[in-house]
Amino acid sequence: MGAVAELLSLEDAVAEHVHDGDSVALEGFTHLIPFAAGHEIIRQRRRELTLIRMTPDLIYDQMIGAGCARKLIFSWGGNPGVGSLHRLRDAVEHDWPVPLELEEHSHAGMAARYAAGASNLPFGTLRGYVGTELLEHSHETIAQITCPFTGEELTAVRALRPDVGIVHAQRADRDGNVQIWGIVGVQKEIVLASARSLVTVEEIVDELEARPGAIVLPSWAVGAVAEAPRGAHPSYAHDYYDRDNGFYQRWDKISRDRDSFGEWMAENVLTSAGVA
Amino acid sequence: MSTRVDGAVSADEMMTVVAARALTDETVCFVGIGLPSTAANLARLTHAPRTVLIYESGTIGSKPRTLPLSIGDGELAETADAVVPVPEIFAYWLQGGRIDVGFLGAAQIDRLGNLNSTVIGGYERPKVRLPGAGGAPEIAAMARKVIVIMRQSPRSFVERLDFRTSVGYGVAPGDRKRLGMPGRGPTIVITDLGVLRPDPETCELALTQVHPGVTVERVREQTGWRLAVSDDLQETEPPSEEELRELRELRATLEAGA
Repeated sequence: MGAVAELLSLEDAVAEHVHDGDSVALEGFTHLIPFAAGHEIIRQRRRELTLIRMTPDLIYDQMIGAGCARKLIFSWGGNPGVGSLHRLRDAVEHDWPVPLELEEHSHAGMAARYAAGASNLPFGTLRGYVGTELLEHSHETIAQITCPFTGEELTAVRALRPDVGIVHAQRADRDGNVQIWGIVGVQKEIVLASARSLVTVEEIVDELEARPGAIVLPSWAVGAVAEAPRGAHPSYAHDYYDRDNGFYQRWDKISRDRDSFGEWMAENVLTSAGVA
Repeated sequence: MSTRVDGAVSADEMMTVVAARALTDETVCFVGIGLPSTAANLARLTHAPRTVLIYESGTIGSKPRTLPLSIGDGELAETADAVVPVPEIFAYWLQGGRIDVGFLGAAQIDRLGNLNSTVIGGYERPKVRLPGAGGAPEIAAMARKVIVIMRQSPRSFVERLDFRTSVGYGVAPGDRKRLGMPGRGPTIVITDLGVLRPDPETCELALTQVHPGVTVERVREQTGWRLAVSDDLQETEPPSEEELRELRELRATLEAGA
């Protein structure tokens, strides 16, 4: 059994668990995206991170625009239902603010990579990627293999074992047991695949009541827990608050040019409590 | 909410209605966000009430009352029959062979129905960096058939893709079988101008249907390859009053929610 999760402030949790040069996965499939943790990483000016996430979403657009990342491992980098992630595009198309290396996969491949990491396997297996150019461009992490039982050709994808996995959840108890419900995405996989983990929660409660469809991450499988109310906004926390679709639409304009992005970040992220 | 059903039918409305019609009742449909999601929900609210909508966020049997902006809006989970983890939706449900129809869009398509959603221009220094693959490569491979919906122009209907993200019919007939893909591939491509279907022998997409007021010449101008036209070219039935009313009410829910 691992040590039980430490209950920390978000500022201390990020300072302790996220270091320059780390590979970091902030997950949450549309739901429970850990915005507060991402903003704290920006405020603490982490650099040279390898950012891992199936759908980079606005939080990685902000972290990439703020210069935190040198590499992105992902499968779909857009603003859902709206359009481009302009800061991601600026980094790839014009090296601004710093060049960004890409390693791209499909959703099925990324999910298999996380599941392999959580299972302590060197690779995951799927029927995928055949006939696509992703095979050539991400050849260091995708390979064709032969099934030892049937002789069938299958695709292997290298496991993901991030230095740090970060997710947001609805709540934890005072012992650090974490409860998540609604769309659970890859929350469990990323916490179990990562060497260290940090979970931000809407609230810390005395006792976790049973919830239909909820998963629980036991305290001894989690590194640190930090309370961060509304910590997933503008994404959402099921039964706490809705997705702020209006903000996703406004981000298109805010992020389109470097100056308006910089002003928004200065006003809304860099000056918030917990500035390093 | 009262929605007027008079006024001209826009090209996007025409395309969405035709895409909804392509979805038959009692099918299991893996839905992408945007036009595919609008069309699939329109089908569910009109002629296909028993269609099962699956979103890649892990929601199975979603019956959203308002149109979602993302593939993981809370509305999709609240109205679902089941919510499963993301690795499971791809492994057990899609790869497991339980999806009848995949509904895809893309930035570029070629004459054999292959799709690009990765880059415009070169990969290393693209002119436009697009979002990327998402669920598309495996949906294109695994779903029993694929419906493609996209706006037609010489920039999107191209002789040669800048990047092959998802396979339609590959480079020649027989490629899908050779690559071990269980699904049939794109059986219909619906655009703002008309409908294209693959030739049974060559798999090349040919124009089989034009929307009202659209000429064959115009569709050819908006296609980047020498477009074949079916001998039995049909004209699309205009949207019914019910289709148009449901579509406009549905779209209004998205605007109201934002």
